[in-house]
Amino acid sequence: MAQNQAQQAYSPGTHPDLPPPVRTTGVLGWVRKNLISSPLNIALTLASIWLLWSIVPPALNWVLAEAVWSADTRKECWALMGAPRDGACWAFIRGSFKLFVYGWYPEPERWRVNVTFLLFAITIFGALRENIPGKKYWLMFATAFPFIAAWLLLGGFGLTPVGTQKLGGILLTLVVAVTGIAFSLPIGLALALGRRSKLPALRAVCVIFIEFIRGVPLITLLFVASTMLTYFLPPGSTFDLLMRVLIMVTLFASAYIAEVVRGGLQGLPSGQYEAADSLGLTYWKAHRLIILPQALKISIPGIVNTFIGSFKDSVLVLIIGMMDILGLGRARLNDPEWLGLAPELYIFISLFFFISCFGMARYSLSLEKKLQTGHKH
Amino acid sequence: MNQDTPTSSTTEAPATSSGEKIITINGMHKWFDDFHVLKNINLEVGRGERIVICGPSGSGKSTLIRCINRLEEHQQGTISVDGTELTHDLKNIEIIRSEVGIVFQQFNLFPHLTVLENVALAPIWVRKMPRAEAEGNAMKYLERVKIPEQAAKYPGQLSGGQQQRVAIARSLCMNPRIMLFDEPTSALDPEMIKEVLDVMIELAESGMTMLVVTHEMGFATAVAHRVIFMDGGEIIEEKPPREFFENPEHERTKLFLSQILHH
Repeated sequence: MAQNQAQQAYSPGTHPDLPPPVRTTGVLGWVRKNLISSPLNIALTLASIWLLWSIVPPALNWVLAEAVWSADTRKECWALMGAPRDGACWAFIRGSFKLFVYGWYPEPERWRVNVTFLLFAITIFGALRENIPGKKYWLMFATAFPFIAAWLLLGGFGLTPVGTQKLGGILLTLVVAVTGIAFSLPIGLALALGRRSKLPALRAVCVIFIEFIRGVPLITLLFVASTMLTYFLPPGSTFDLLMRVLIMVTLFASAYIAEVVRGGLQGLPSGQYEAADSLGLTYWKAHRLIILPQALKISIPGIVNTFIGSFKDSVLVLIIGMMDILGLGRARLNDPEWLGLAPELYIFISLFFFISCFGMARYSLSLEKKLQTGHKH
Repeated sequence: MNQDTPTSSTTEAPATSSGEKIITINGMHKWFDDFHVLKNINLEVGRGERIVICGPSGSGKSTLIRCINRLEEHQQGTISVDGTELTHDLKNIEIIRSEVGIVFQQFNLFPHLTVLENVALAPIWVRKMPRAEAEGNAMKYLERVKIPEQAAKYPGQLSGGQQQRVAIARSLCMNPRIMLFDEPTSALDPEMIKEVLDVMIELAESGMTMLVVTHEMGFATAVAHRVIFMDGGEIIEEKPPREFFENPEHERTKLFLSQILHH
């Protein structure tokens, strides 16, 4: 009603100018809309600013401004600050860096570890790039990589042998995690197909295996690897502890991969199986060309989730006394020279795991997007 | 229904083919668990013969044609296709499947492959044809179903009618002796039905043996040699189309025809 009256009061073109509407776009508009639109919002905004102000500057101060980067002992670190513990003592991480990366790998042979790391980077780059010339050869190289890496790291065939007990730190973490990830995918795939097989015996074996492995905590399996297996092996035979651990970690991850892939297989409409069958494709060809490419695509988030899980679970090996990056770091904390520097250590280790896992997550996201655009507009 | 759909074509009067039988089904029964889907089916199909199968939903017509290439397994009686009997022998099943093409209601194209890859896949992997030859051949069939320009697209980018024509080309590429159609136009929007039926009519004119489950009675009249009516898992009536529509014998047939023709 009021509007109507206002319209009637003026003839067209004679209405006086109204004030412009309040801006709702741009930085100011956003601030106005989201931060100070009501008394409650203003109060929350002020509280947040106070909270950030009391946390962020001191934290930055501790991590960067007051931090000491080179010193030989904890005491030297303290001496270089205003007061002990005013800043981080990154000198601890720097001084221990080689130990953290190589473990006890013999000094003159460390180039072999470096070559392995380099080949690993090349493998990742080659295998994950979609449009790379000679993709087939890259994949063949990626398949061969674990064996080349084993030869480089452990020696033999012309290289000085290095015992597996010399592996430690980031090197050991990567060996456990990458082995688990690399071998769990093919084994998990086979288990998933076996679980859907028409042959009752094969299906039963796969179901029992998957359910048994999933039903037992990884730590228990690792204890089995470190102690019980020796009872089952013939006396006098030595079966390397690392090898046993790698087998357990791989089997554990493959049970999970199997279930993720099975979900993907069940997500396919039955028409895809029927179309493949009706064209005369055999079971293996139908799976290789039609079923698995689609099922694996659906399963990417679950597969990468499992990969990230196994990557982080690799730290559990410290419970059976293996010195991965966490185990080695904690041992280093007991060194009298560096006593009490736990925050620095855990920040460093967290950063290492976060960067690795976040990288995997981002890659899976970009892969999903790429495969998606192929099928839709 | 689209009774006037196949305007363009008039095939020669449904003169049944020579005596040679390409499909022989004898006393065939099928159960889904306790449910008796197909009861004592006896059917002979001559080489070059075109049969339309109709009936109410749940009458077993789809199941019947799916038994012919063993997408469904029958429990009693015999089915032989071009002299090969369908048994548990996997070799026989593969031979029959590569000679019998099927077109599904839901198209069932492979969404992760382009149209050309969809069509060329089976010749390359089943017939071991060199890729270049298979793709050239595939293009020929895509031209036959009139969509060569879509070869590089993915199925998800095509309309339903286009997808169904690709599915027909994919089956034809294997040079099948028999083509089965399982309600090929039921999932299509009305304006796309004609483009698919036109392709099927062209195929009929080329002399292909065809078994078509459909309710497109115009198509049946124009193309079929015989119309089979099924209900409750049994073949109730089979006649040449004109006779079938003008002179249905059984009550159930009359009821069905009155339901689909007048609404």
